[in-house]
Amino acid sequence: MANNVLLVDIGSTYTKVVAVDLDYPKILGTASAPTTAATNIREGLFEALKCLTEKTGTTSYAESYGSSSAAGGLKMVAIGLVPALTAKAGKMAALGAGAKVLKTFAYELAASEVDEIQQLEPDIILLCGGTDGGNKEVILRNAEHLAGLAGEFSVVVAGNKAAAKEAAEILEASGKQVRLCENVMPQYNCLNVEPAQAAIRNLFLEKIVQAKGLSEVQRFIGNPLLPTPRAVLQGAELLARGTAHQAGLGDLLVVDVGGATTDVYSMAEGAPASGVVLRGLQEPYAKRTVEGDLGLSHSARSTLEAVGRKKIAALTQLSEEEVEENLLLLEKEFSVSFSKEKEAVRNCLTYFAVKLATERHAGKIETIYTPCGPSFIQTGKDLTGIKTIIGTGGPLIYSSDPASLLAAARRSQEAALKPEGGSLYLDRSYIFAGMGLLSQKYPEEALALLKGELEWLG
Amino acid sequence: MGKSAEEITVVMGVIGADVHAIGNKILEYAFREAGFNVVNLGVMVSQIEFVEAALETAADAILVSSLYGHGEMDCQGLRELCIEMGLGEILLYVGGNLVIGKTSFPEVEAKFKKMGFNRVYPPGTLPETAIRDLLGDLANG
Repeated sequence: MANNVLLVDIGSTYTKVVAVDLDYPKILGTASAPTTAATNIREGLFEALKCLTEKTGTTSYAESYGSSSAAGGLKMVAIGLVPALTAKAGKMAALGAGAKVLKTFAYELAASEVDEIQQLEPDIILLCGGTDGGNKEVILRNAEHLAGLAGEFSVVVAGNKAAAKEAAEILEASGKQVRLCENVMPQYNCLNVEPAQAAIRNLFLEKIVQAKGLSEVQRFIGNPLLPTPRAVLQGAELLARGTAHQAGLGDLLVVDVGGATTDVYSMAEGAPASGVVLRGLQEPYAKRTVEGDLGLSHSARSTLEAVGRKKIAALTQLSEEEVEENLLLLEKEFSVSFSKEKEAVRNCLTYFAVKLATERHAGKIETIYTPCGPSFIQTGKDLTGIKTIIGTGGPLIYSSDPASLLAAARRSQEAALKPEGGSLYLDRSYIFAGMGLLSQKYPEEALALLKGELEWLG
Repeated sequence: MGKSAEEITVVMGVIGADVHAIGNKILEYAFREAGFNVVNLGVMVSQIEFVEAALETAADAILVSSLYGHGEMDCQGLRELCIEMGLGEILLYVGGNLVIGKTSFPEVEAKFKKMGFNRVYPPGTLPETAIRDLLGDLANG
């Protein structure tokens, strides 16, 4: 049993555990139990482990790895100078680090915005602004504003190199926990998100894990905890790029429909086709977006509103009253058992959550008629060439027809540069996060398992 | 003493729906060779892109090119936008085929200066002229 590894994800509602035998490699079993954030997170974890032992008969593990999105996940705000430049770069860096970005701020902070940050109580603030050699005043002014925040705040400073140290000193003098790192945008439109993401991960481990009551779990696991979305992103990147000895699947898209949010990850350069001009910020190869208004439980109502009640009623062939009744059921609880009507509403909303979240994630193309003829302008990433689309999350996993729901990730008539075709897969056992964790030390085994577990839908 | 080229950042690009790319590349090459920090936004650049790039990079000047004859319409309000965005009196240069028709260059120059441009160049101006002017304007500024 020396080669068994345990993977733990403390989610906001469920604690999920996966046992892996590295020798074959194979998944020995998976289990879950409700997360017990209100009392002691260890209780839910031990409950899940008990179920896992019943299934696998295994109690000893050589190593364990863990991720967490419990107690609100990793809450962040990003601050930059220009909204479309360093503020956006900061937001993308935070999302890629697995954070829940509560809000993004730009330019010099107003007094009301400083109050707002105080009330949002982010775990970490990412302070950016200015390219290297660029604007210094705004990041320094914003450091002064943030120094006035009451309480324990952690700040990652990743702005203009000529001002960042001074900004960090201003914040340190006011008693904030500060990490200084390289600029998220050292040159105009060039992203450099990894150093800020490493700093965010370190702060998460040193400060946030303890603050969220995860220290005991951290000690039990014995390896650094990651924010769950970061683990999923690492799993997706591994699957796309491959390892030293195995080919990956190439460019891919992952759609994770949850109760509160719909997360989309794309692993692709997304460069424009020939003859198309790229405008705006160059986006990262590993891009994550989170749609806070698209989800099937907490966010079921806002998903419905984004689509339109009449349209949902027409598509499900239910009356608007029936749609409302079933919406209330979805909002109350996401359960596996369904009436036919509830399933219809849930499927319809899931379809649109996938459709809208991928539309917002993908780049856009616009035709401009110039005196020299039509020109094409692309913003964001061109994902039309992606051949692999993977769905995960309860609403897709428990649907009777996940293929037609996930197909909404493909491009239809939209201006959004979504995949033109591509095969659909389902991560039915929800192992992306687990394999992302495993890949930290065992990328070959993690990739083989991921490839084996994905279910082809069509 | 003014700044040396190495201490100067310029933002350049072709404004509006104009896709003429060659002159823009030549201008970028000449300014880089002369030692400047160049932020080249390429073709089809909007006013707000010029101004936001200049703000983020703390540029000393914005160099606008326009080759397709619609420069007057595209450039109107650029100075006001700079003022609004806190760049105030940043140096604004413009050059190219700025208007269609037979307007004399002194008229064109007067029109663009009134719009708030510090320097206006006719077609066929060499990059060296703008480089010399820029160093001079920043030394006197």
